[in-house]
Amino acid sequence: MPIITYREALNHALREEMTRDERVLIFGEDVVAYGGAYGVTSGLVNDFGDKRVMDTPIAEGGIGGAAVGAAMGGLRPVAELMTINFALLASDAIINHAAKVLHMFGGQMSVPVVFRMTGGGGAQLASTHSQSLEVLFAHVPGLKVVTPATPADAKGLLKSAIRDNNPVLFIEHALLYRVRGEVPEGEYLIPLGQAEVKREGKDITLVAYSRMALVALEAADRLSQEGIEAEVVDLKTLRPLDMETVLTSVRKTNRAVTVEETWRTYGIGAEIASRIQEEAFDYLDAPIHRVAGVEVPLPYAKNLEQAAIPDAGRVVEAVKQLFVRTGV
Amino acid sequence: MVNEVVMPKMGYDMTEGTIVRWRKDEGDEVTRGEVIAEVDTTKVTVEVEAYTTGVLRKILVPEGQTVPVGHVIAVIADRDEPIPGLEAKAAPAEKAAPVATGAPTPTAAVAVTGDEAPRIAASPVARRIARGQGVNLNLIRGTGPGGRIVKDDVETFLAKGPVEAPRPAPTPVVAAPAAAPHDIPYEDRDLSRIRQTMARRMAESKRVAPHFYLTSDINMTEALKLRKGLNALIGEGARISVTDMLVKGVGKTLQDFPEANASFAEGKLRVYQRINIGIAVALEQGLVTPVIPDCDKKPLSQIAQEAKELVERARTGRLRPDDFSPGTFTISNLGMFDVEEFVAIINPPEAAILAVGSVIPRPVVVDGEVKAAERMRVTLSADHRVLDGVTAARFLQRFKVYLEQPLHLVT
Repeated sequence: MPIITYREALNHALREEMTRDERVLIFGEDVVAYGGAYGVTSGLVNDFGDKRVMDTPIAEGGIGGAAVGAAMGGLRPVAELMTINFALLASDAIINHAAKVLHMFGGQMSVPVVFRMTGGGGAQLASTHSQSLEVLFAHVPGLKVVTPATPADAKGLLKSAIRDNNPVLFIEHALLYRVRGEVPEGEYLIPLGQAEVKREGKDITLVAYSRMALVALEAADRLSQEGIEAEVVDLKTLRPLDMETVLTSVRKTNRAVTVEETWRTYGIGAEIASRIQEEAFDYLDAPIHRVAGVEVPLPYAKNLEQAAIPDAGRVVEAVKQLFVRTGV
Repeated sequence: MVNEVVMPKMGYDMTEGTIVRWRKDEGDEVTRGEVIAEVDTTKVTVEVEAYTTGVLRKILVPEGQTVPVGHVIAVIADRDEPIPGLEAKAAPAEKAAPVATGAPTPTAAVAVTGDEAPRIAASPVARRIARGQGVNLNLIRGTGPGGRIVKDDVETFLAKGPVEAPRPAPTPVVAAPAAAPHDIPYEDRDLSRIRQTMARRMAESKRVAPHFYLTSDINMTEALKLRKGLNALIGEGARISVTDMLVKGVGKTLQDFPEANASFAEGKLRVYQRINIGIAVALEQGLVTPVIPDCDKKPLSQIAQEAKELVERARTGRLRPDDFSPGTFTISNLGMFDVEEFVAIINPPEAAILAVGSVIPRPVVVDGEVKAAERMRVTLSADHRVLDGVTAARFLQRFKVYLEQPLHLVT
């Protein structure tokens, strides 16, 4: 299988879908001249023209509204909001309109729109440009929230998102664009709402998504050297949430730690932990621990920023706490 | 270094111990290996040794008080070292402390552990497995954080019996049981599921049910004669074995003594309304006890027929779940192996089991003369929580009547 970057995988997905379906169009800030803030749309304008790849003013509210309107009008827009931090400006279009049109109009029209954006921190962009706000959108019924961790997932999930008839927030991670990985040749789709066991293990389940799935895998490697075999479940989609894969794993390992870059309070880990205890209480051998971002606005200073974002060391520590044995 | 001294586990079946005497007072220096207390374990009084050197800073359990194995009974530390958590732990004992250094009395500090009788900390999965296997969590020592019983502990318990030492010191002073010599070659074989179950249930039975044993010698002359006659009448198809007659005899006896058709369950006697008799069958993979239900209601020929099928199915590994319907009494017959008499372990939760030896001619005294007669020794193992000696003796006596006057078996 060819090894390409996350960025290239996304570009391939867009190219394939635009070729397949002429209703697919892209608009957002810098997507034409600059090839997208992170280079994902690079070259697309050359192949598909300036009617299907369009730059917009710096006005996310307008991008959001135009995307919802275009989708209701029969197109399949992919709107690039640059980062999730700016999605707040478009959140009226996303939460109040995109998520509700299908329901409020009795199913007469749906909103097949994809909002692409970057989430997460770690690139020294300071607190207003480094947030992991996916939980805000994952909270809303009517939205789908996708958070791929690998190039292969990025491609397969983006293609599914574009084909989905309902609004999807497609949240890429700023630090993953250069990550390389094997991507199958030819066309393939990865269904939304399906988690994946990325690593098998018998002792504990690490539940993660986006870049934290890779952090969890690194932690699992380290734990393995100490005799603890961690299973890593990559959620891939936060809504709809595939709890079955998580529960199956926890029923096997009897322990779980969630790993997320977001703040811990009211976070994704809180949801996962709660659902595990509701649905697999009798399989737990230890409390569920949550590894999450430190609850501060993310600092600009590199050392402080690093300290605020979970890393494999913190995951390893959290896991080990669950294996403390006394009096053995 | 703060070190907690815990109630040691001095024997396989020890679950609690009583502090008989403190040999050291609070504030005394103690050295490793020195006796600091005497503990009564229901069987013997043993000495508790310090496994660290330091100062006996706090006595947490007064003399005369009984606490479970693993319970913290004292704290040894350096003289001025702060002891985290001690305030809370020892608060009720504060008043007793001065008394303890003088002439301690059992009543001086009663409250220390009374309030602490801890809820058993066990993880949900540990509880689920324990519940499924009928294991009492009280018997398991938790090794998880804060002493929580975790899945491993339950599984270890099921596999090997209780975790041995409650909280062994890094260098235990109490000699650990000698490990197997290293130089003997061996292989570890996995247990069949039957053997796993058997091992667990038999160990559980011996641990939980106080067994006592009664042996009786039964004259089988008439029974054998009857059997011969009946078999001549019935023909080859459904020949009646000695075991079948025993099943019928026990069935009738249980009708007369319903209190022996019972279990000790949740602090009550559970008297069963059906008489289901299990027959112990030895297989290569272990022991199984398929059950003949409602033995009191079936004629001898039917029992013979069912028993034959059951044993056949057991030997060929084709027993059905129905064949293990809950038994209320078990018969174990080793007579065919020239065993004259033996003692069996009760199949829990039943109240008793009958171990049957060979029928062999023995000299007996009849009317002052020595004569040969066909005799059979049976030994009843009974659960003393359910049956007392006299009831068990009467049970055996009645059983003997049924077999010595075997027409009872065909009425």
